[in-house]
Amino acid sequence: MHDERRGGTRLLVVDDNKVNRLLLTRSLEQQGHAVATAENGRIALETLRRESFDLVLLDMEMPEMNGFQVLEQLKGDLQLRDVPVIVTSSLEGIDNVVRCIELGAEDYLPKPVNPVLLKARIGASLEKKRLRDQQKVLLRRFAAPEVAQDLQSSGFALGGKRVQASVMFSDIRGFTSLAESQPPEETIELLNTYYELMFDAISSHGGVVTLMMGDGLMSVFGAPVPLPDHGESAVRSAQEMVELVDLFNVERTAAGKPTIRIGIGIASGEMVAGYTGTNKRATYTCIGDTVNLAARLETHTKVAQRVILIDEATRSSLSERIAVEPLGPVPFKGKAAAVEVFAVDPARR
Amino acid sequence: MPAPTIDRATFDELKDTAGAEFVVELVDTFLVEGPAMLDDLRRSLAAQNADQFRRAAHSLKSNSNTFGALTLAAMAKELELTGLAPALAANGATLDALAQEYARVAAALTELKHA
Repeated sequence: MHDERRGGTRLLVVDDNKVNRLLLTRSLEQQGHAVATAENGRIALETLRRESFDLVLLDMEMPEMNGFQVLEQLKGDLQLRDVPVIVTSSLEGIDNVVRCIELGAEDYLPKPVNPVLLKARIGASLEKKRLRDQQKVLLRRFAAPEVAQDLQSSGFALGGKRVQASVMFSDIRGFTSLAESQPPEETIELLNTYYELMFDAISSHGGVVTLMMGDGLMSVFGAPVPLPDHGESAVRSAQEMVELVDLFNVERTAAGKPTIRIGIGIASGEMVAGYTGTNKRATYTCIGDTVNLAARLETHTKVAQRVILIDEATRSSLSERIAVEPLGPVPFKGKAAAVEVFAVDPARR
Repeated sequence: MPAPTIDRATFDELKDTAGAEFVVELVDTFLVEGPAMLDDLRRSLAAQNADQFRRAAHSLKSNSNTFGALTLAAMAKELELTGLAPALAANGATLDALAQEYARVAAALTELKHA
């Protein structure tokens, strides 16, 4: 059983009536909670936006802003909508109770509030909140923040939509032989540091990592959240990745370890982005010719002996500050016509 | 037999759960807030402010129930539910009766809190 004392739970009591405020506060303090009070809905919202609370006990009949209005405001507020609310009121009529629940209240306790019932309901609400918080942490760890946000606001549904975006594939050159030449523990450590650096470079430019496979990463710029300059963002992110790997190599050389090299391919255009899989296991991904092309470009970095390769659509979206060298047309497997390929100067200016 | 001014079972339970000292503080608060609620009722009736009238009646009902003042609670609940019209028709008699019952409750609570 979750002990609410341990985490130092903070509750907010909202009631315009002083006797009610005193009595509820007393009950809650006897149960080991820290309690703050607000005497109407407006003050309650101000307090909730300023300080953080684990649970709100809300009266309905109040001047200035009543409980229904508070519930409505909380429901529309991304930061506050997950704070559980227990309505404590002596409202007349079942309709009003139903309305509270429909507006998102977790529970309804009639006044005068029975302390034993109060304790049980608060315990249950806090436990539910703890589980929800845990879920959110997991979601954040296993999905990109943008995807987690997308899932929270629009819910989960298999299926995709057409978007204009840029896709980037990257991996470590000669990773297999490197992995074979050292103990697996060292490889895992190398991968973790490498991922940390690459994720930083990708997300700081608005990209989302959609796939990790061994030493390879697939990321998308422009979905699920549209990004107006997705081509340039992807290229700048690639430049930063190269720079970070160079710095990482300085450290590795100093430690007597072999350096690593990476290859990056970027393509831009229309693709289908969305959740694919089953209702039990799914992933956010992008599918289409553009995605295949980005993968082929990444593979081609070995042949071309360049670090970053991009397609024509990505090149035409770049500002002049990024130096690009045309490599001419390259015939790719699965492509009817040869594709114009460009190498990006890894150095940022 | 008329209902007692204060239902002892309710009051004693309050004392048991919240503590005797705390109940003294709670009663003292109600003795300050109660007359203010009666004033609110009179003022909102005169101004025909239905919202304020309902809120004041609701508050008085809620606190009366807390202390076991069941008659006062029932009278306040009636006002909360029926609103301004019957009280206006009664030309102040309703609120006078309410004030009399409140006075009985206040006297009883003052005695009980030291018991």
